[in-house]
Amino acid sequence: MEFSRRETLALGLGAAVLTLMPFRANAAAEDAIAAFTGGADMADGGVTLTAPEIAENGNTVPIEVSAPGAAAILIVAAGNPEPGVATFNFGPLAAAQAASTRIRLAGTQDVIAVAKMADGSFAKASATVKVTIGGCGG
Amino acid sequence: MASGVKPRVKVPKTAAAGEAITIKTLISHNMESGQRKDKEGNVIPRSIINRFTCEFNGELVIDVTMEPAISTNPYFQFDATVPEAGEFVFTWYDDDGSVYDTKKPIEIA
Amino acid sequence: MNKKALTAIAAVLAFPVSVAAGPDEDKLVINEELEMVSVTEAPAHVENFDTIYSGWHFRTDETQALQIDDFDNPAMIFVDQAADLYEAVDGAAGKSCSSCHDDVESFKGLQASMPKVDAETGKLVVMEDLINKCRTERMEADAWKWSGADMQGMVALIAFQSRGLPMNVAIDGDAAPYWEQGKEMYYTRYGQLELSCANCHEDNWGNMIRADHLSQGMINGFPTYRLKQAKLISRHNRFRGCIRDTRAETFAEGSDEFRALELYVASRGNGLSVETPAVRQ
Repeated sequence: MEFSRRETLALGLGAAVLTLMPFRANAAAEDAIAAFTGGADMADGGVTLTAPEIAENGNTVPIEVSAPGAAAILIVAAGNPEPGVATFNFGPLAAAQAASTRIRLAGTQDVIAVAKMADGSFAKASATVKVTIGGCGG
Repeated sequence: MASGVKPRVKVPKTAAAGEAITIKTLISHNMESGQRKDKEGNVIPRSIINRFTCEFNGELVIDVTMEPAISTNPYFQFDATVPEAGEFVFTWYDDDGSVYDTKKPIEIA
Repeated sequence: MNKKALTAIAAVLAFPVSVAAGPDEDKLVINEELEMVSVTEAPAHVENFDTIYSGWHFRTDETQALQIDDFDNPAMIFVDQAADLYEAVDGAAGKSCSSCHDDVESFKGLQASMPKVDAETGKLVVMEDLINKCRTERMEADAWKWSGADMQGMVALIAFQSRGLPMNVAIDGDAAPYWEQGKEMYYTRYGQLELSCANCHEDNWGNMIRADHLSQGMINGFPTYRLKQAKLISRHNRFRGCIRDTRAETFAEGSDEFRALELYVASRGNGLSVETPAVRQ
């Protein structure tokens, strides 16, 4: 398939819309992150967020976060009615700055992890989780 | 106190001094989100466990602030360093003021 | 935007999901030691299957993982609670389950043969019936609600004692008429959608119904912790949900119709291990 300039532009626009679509980033999610970081820049890398690509049910979605050397990790679900999920604060006896839990996702969206490192800097990672709507209720 | 709240904790019985161990915790709780409505259309008030902590001999391992997006029957897994023999204390704090705790001793092998 | 560009965008839009077809080939081993029979040859009385599969094989890796470790399995909270209830005195007779019965381990094997015909009355009984009979007649306590947390916790606790044993319900003798009734129901189309159990779970297992991966509808893991409701779900509750989804007036939990259906559906899984408490979506 070859694309003209116009088609390529259209493609780019479509792709941009696609990128934004599942995100539905809301002001509340940005506020929650800003409250945690104080508005500081966030680096990519240094924090790992593991979540399923597809969740069979949004009620119980297993996630794992890890940020070696972090003091705390904030988890935000940008597409939930309330974006806050949890904040993990690690003490001196945490053998790893990592934790697993199970969370609720109201629909397909991005889950964001922000780590506060020991030196006061911040790092961010995100993962898109597709939440399927089953055919069969209970 | 929310009815039927029961903690489950998995900690090894022994560890080597300084060893990192994996801990799992599970507690029965509805974690009513405050987003649902009853049959009459009234919002069911939020009622969740809002904080979980794990300490060993008085020193902090992990302190978790929990929001309504944590699933029913909250589950956590994390790693702790065991510097000496002693006791883990796990504590869950309910919105209604209830506090649930459980303790697990560990020996140095 | 022309068709070419639209097609390209549509291709990006399409879920990067491999269309699930059939059961997966993972092996169900619990706590790294208890090997379960989750795939086996179909019993002779199941005419349209060669092989039967536990519903576990139709779930995602994340859901499967919740069942392979008893600590990770959220259903075990309710099994634990039921173990406390087993010792709890209730009712006018001042008795608990353990006043008459030995340890709950003594129920090992019972679930594998349930439902069965009660020798005295000739009626088909399921586990909930046995529990409520004890509660009302021996303990002189109130009967438990069919899908209540206490009832399904106790059903799960007793079934859990048989975990790993092969399902082996009797379908002949006194049970035969009930089994025939259940089979008749299994192949009857219900509701505005005119769907029978068989339309989904025999004709289309392995296919997707919207976003659900259809299983063979086995009940060897019930009561099951469903992520949707985040609690133990009874067999009859699941039957009711399925029939309701056909847009039919459904039968009640604890009805004789559902007892018969439970016997028939259980018999289709003869040979699979009791998995209680399973975890499903």
